[in-house]
Amino acid sequence: MLELRDVHKTFNAGTVNEKCAVDGVNLTLEDGDFVTVIGGNGAGKSTMLNLIAGVYPVDQGKVLLNETDLTPLPEYQRAKFLGRVFQDPMMGTAATMEIEENLALAYRRGKVRGLGHGISNAERKLYREKLATLGLGLEDRMNTKVGLLSGGQRQALTLLMATLQKPALLLLDEHTAALDPKTADKVLQLTQEMVDRDHLTTLMVTHNMKHAIQYGNRLIMMDSGRVAVDIRGEEKKNLTVSDLLEKFHIENDRMLLSE
Amino acid sequence: MEIANLLNALPGAVGQGLIWGIMAIGVFITYKILDIADLTVDGTLATGGATCIMLLHAGFPVWVALLGAFAAGLGAGLITGLLHTCMGIPALLAGILTQYALWSVNLQILDGANQSISVDKYPLLISSRYVSTAIWIVALFVIVIIAVLYWFFGTSLGCGLRASGANPNMSRAQGINVNLNKIIGLMLSNALVALAGGLLGQYQGFADVKMGIGSIVIGLAAVIIGETLFSRIFRNFALRLLGVVLGAIIYYVVLQTISWFGIDSDFQKMLTAIIVAIFLAVSYWKGRFARPAKKRAAVNSAKGEVK
Repeated sequence: MLELRDVHKTFNAGTVNEKCAVDGVNLTLEDGDFVTVIGGNGAGKSTMLNLIAGVYPVDQGKVLLNETDLTPLPEYQRAKFLGRVFQDPMMGTAATMEIEENLALAYRRGKVRGLGHGISNAERKLYREKLATLGLGLEDRMNTKVGLLSGGQRQALTLLMATLQKPALLLLDEHTAALDPKTADKVLQLTQEMVDRDHLTTLMVTHNMKHAIQYGNRLIMMDSGRVAVDIRGEEKKNLTVSDLLEKFHIENDRMLLSE
Repeated sequence: MEIANLLNALPGAVGQGLIWGIMAIGVFITYKILDIADLTVDGTLATGGATCIMLLHAGFPVWVALLGAFAAGLGAGLITGLLHTCMGIPALLAGILTQYALWSVNLQILDGANQSISVDKYPLLISSRYVSTAIWIVALFVIVIIAVLYWFFGTSLGCGLRASGANPNMSRAQGINVNLNKIIGLMLSNALVALAGGLLGQYQGFADVKMGIGSIVIGLAAVIIGETLFSRIFRNFALRLLGVVLGAIIYYVVLQTISWFGIDSDFQKMLTAIIVAIFLAVSYWKGRFARPAKKRAAVNSAKGEVK
């Protein structure tokens, strides 16, 4: 499935602000894995996701997906294989465009965008059904500009857009961090439903240890740009927050505060 | 200061406004859709005028001359696009560089600083001598251009182009080639500006290397006047483009009225700058002092009820 081979990334190399964000990550995901990623600020979680997505190139190492080498591909070409949801609800959707226009953009991910007509009626019907599964009433507001939606609604929509064309890999970068706890739970529940329905291989970064334990079949913890801990199988199932704290002496304010 | 003088001058203002409306649609594509202030247009307008007039001098039919102007604009937009996307130059600076270079290109095309063309000797499409005919013909151009753009921005490619301007991060995540779309948008925009230059050259009976100076400001004035005055009623994309053309007409009617008051035409550029500044400020103040949060919430809930 996904394979990261000795991936390195340093920002501002050769300056006083030099920051080695990812320092030799090796990671292999199996088909259908739902991996949660935790780690303190600056541990390299988001950088790792961005390196997979191709937001910036790797300094060293390789990114492979189903044996295809993604390393030389630009971001927009990798998009064919990836569904992505970001931390900032504003980032995943175009505010000045309608809900159905945003969905139409996502529906064409990985396809040629030609001069065919934008949205067919059959497509509209599909979008309506898909929006109804969110349970937010958005199916009756298909022509509303996305900028008028709340953060939670936008995040749910981005999630739908990420999975509208089944992605080989779903990348969730703290996608509930900007939401209130109730909305965050709702979006996570939707995430779980979509992952289950389409058997999506998923990589989810979170700052919330409870979520990291509750969701997924595997948990990795990053520290100083490396994978420090990798828990899977039975051990992951029986994991508790106190286990994590005790076992790995995690001293990170934000993680503790989010308990 | 006879009112009859003003009324007599108004059709001319409308004719000019319509031609500049086509130019303003070009500016709308870059400024509003791509979120780029493209300064290439100051050069492109003259390139379009020069190409059109010289092709007519060479004996080509008028539609070939206008197509030539359009193609010249595509080329100018392509250069700015490549400077911006392939060479990493900020869009504003890329536009300035192309515009600067076009000055020399325009002098070459015109074989001098200016060339005149007589409606008596050449089969011109429009001329300021026959204002009402010119208004009808340019209006037809405007309708066709708006119809084609309305279709284009509804296609998959066009939607991707709009998304590239609205949210480049999201666009890349959805597999849209943002750089390619920027180039296409810049080419389309400059082609329309050059077409307007070709029409303007015929209308005024000459092309001049200086005819494009400050045209970005006039284009922006039209876009901003159109959007500020009509944004409440014109929500549909085609109507928004029409609003931009109306903005250009209003600009020229206001200018005509000002000169009717006897203000020296030397002040034209300053007055234009003041008009643009005022309209930009109005849209800023509207957002800042109109208790936006409450208002927007009210609009939202009203919308929710309707739908």
